[in-house]
Amino acid sequence: MGEAAKKEWRIEIDARLCKGCEICAHFCPTKTLEIKGITMSVRDLSTCIGCQLCDIRCPDFAIQVFPK
Amino acid sequence: MTTQVTARTVPYKEKKPFDYSPFLRKGKLPHIWCAGCGHGIVLKSLLRAVDATGIAKDDLAMVSGIGCSSRTPGYVDFNTMHTLHGRATAFATGLKLAKPRLKVIVATGDGDAMAIGGNHFIHACRRNMDMLILVYNNYIYGMTSGQASPTTPEEKISTTSRYGSIEPAFDICELAKTAGATFVARGTAYHAQELEKTLYEGLMHRGTAVIDILDSCPTYYGRFNKYKNVAEMMDKIEKDGTVSVAQAAKLSPEKLEGKQLRGILHRSERLEYCDGYKNLVDRVTG
Ligand SMILES: Cc1ncc(C[n+]2csc(CCOP(=O)(O)OP(=O)(O)O)c2C)c(N)n1
Ligand code: SF4
Ligand code: SF4
Repeated sequence: MGEAAKKEWRIEIDARLCKGCEICAHFCPTKTLEIKGITMSVRDLSTCIGCQLCDIRCPDFAIQVFPK
Repeated sequence: MTTQVTARTVPYKEKKPFDYSPFLRKGKLPHIWCAGCGHGIVLKSLLRAVDATGIAKDDLAMVSGIGCSSRTPGYVDFNTMHTLHGRATAFATGLKLAKPRLKVIVATGDGDAMAIGGNHFIHACRRNMDMLILVYNNYIYGMTSGQASPTTPEEKISTTSRYGSIEPAFDICELAKTAGATFVARGTAYHAQELEKTLYEGLMHRGTAVIDILDSCPTYYGRFNKYKNVAEMMDKIEKDGTVSVAQAAKLSPEKLEGKQLRGILHRSERLEYCDGYKNLVDRVTG
């Protein structure tokens, strides 16, 4: 019996709305996010566990995480 | 506008993102708040709570005074009023009496509600007017560049307390309870999901409901008080500085020292003002 397929996620960051406050990166339990220039970006999508903590604390409606 | 908000189709706990767009005024984002300002986190918790109640957008009215927090009604697709500094609860009282079917939410800051609007605030509580008062408490006047407010903690730096405030701060929850509010709670932007539940309870309450929401102004309070960034402010003030009512029951008085309680702190029942007014009209017109 193989391991259950790892759930995959799609992270959408709206660069028009993101102000680069870095709250999402700080509270992401897997360090999936990082700042690049003045907005946030995904460092490594494979580490995302879909916990939604980044979305929950983003003050700018700028990040959402969808099941792939 | 007659759009009826249907209850949330996808439960948040199923790890699907929540769709905020039906509750927002299109084209108003990005909002004016600074990078890291907690007001946006509070707004998002509120929108999820509103959705959970299933209250139609047309049956909601949001009223605010002046301040960064008071800009909130500009973004929501409810009935809204952006009024005068400190007077949000006064306008909300008039609105509620004119249109008692509306669920009225007041968005106000610690400066707006506790300083210039202190009297309006306590009398709304005393009357038990049916309204949910959200105090976005960032311990400072954000909009006017960081003057001390009635909730600035002692020793903290602001534009008007350069060597540390020497004034004791108001406890918004104690004040609301003493003034007669029938639902009193505290939440934080850090505990955004818990805040959503507290906001839901507040929306379902009939009578004056006050929620003291610990929130952050990184631009002034954060910078003046030497927090490295907003995440550190949220960790130190909102996470480490508070305990939930349930946790507090298990902790010793020493461990609770200096911590603020989170959750529903007071709930009681008594005649709501509009109901009392209707009784009066019925009696007099008999
Ligand atoms: C009558 C009157 N007095 C003073 C002001 C200036 N003023 C605008 S906002 C504000 C304080 C806002 O602080 P707070 O309510 O805590 O909101 P925040 O900006 O921190 O969210 C003051 C003093 C005003 N607009 N009107
Ligand atoms: S969903 Fe969770 S793990 Fe994925 S980026 Fe957001 S905070 Fe990090
Ligand atoms: S000044 Fe402070 S309260 Fe106002 S938007 Fe900026 S961070 Fe928020």
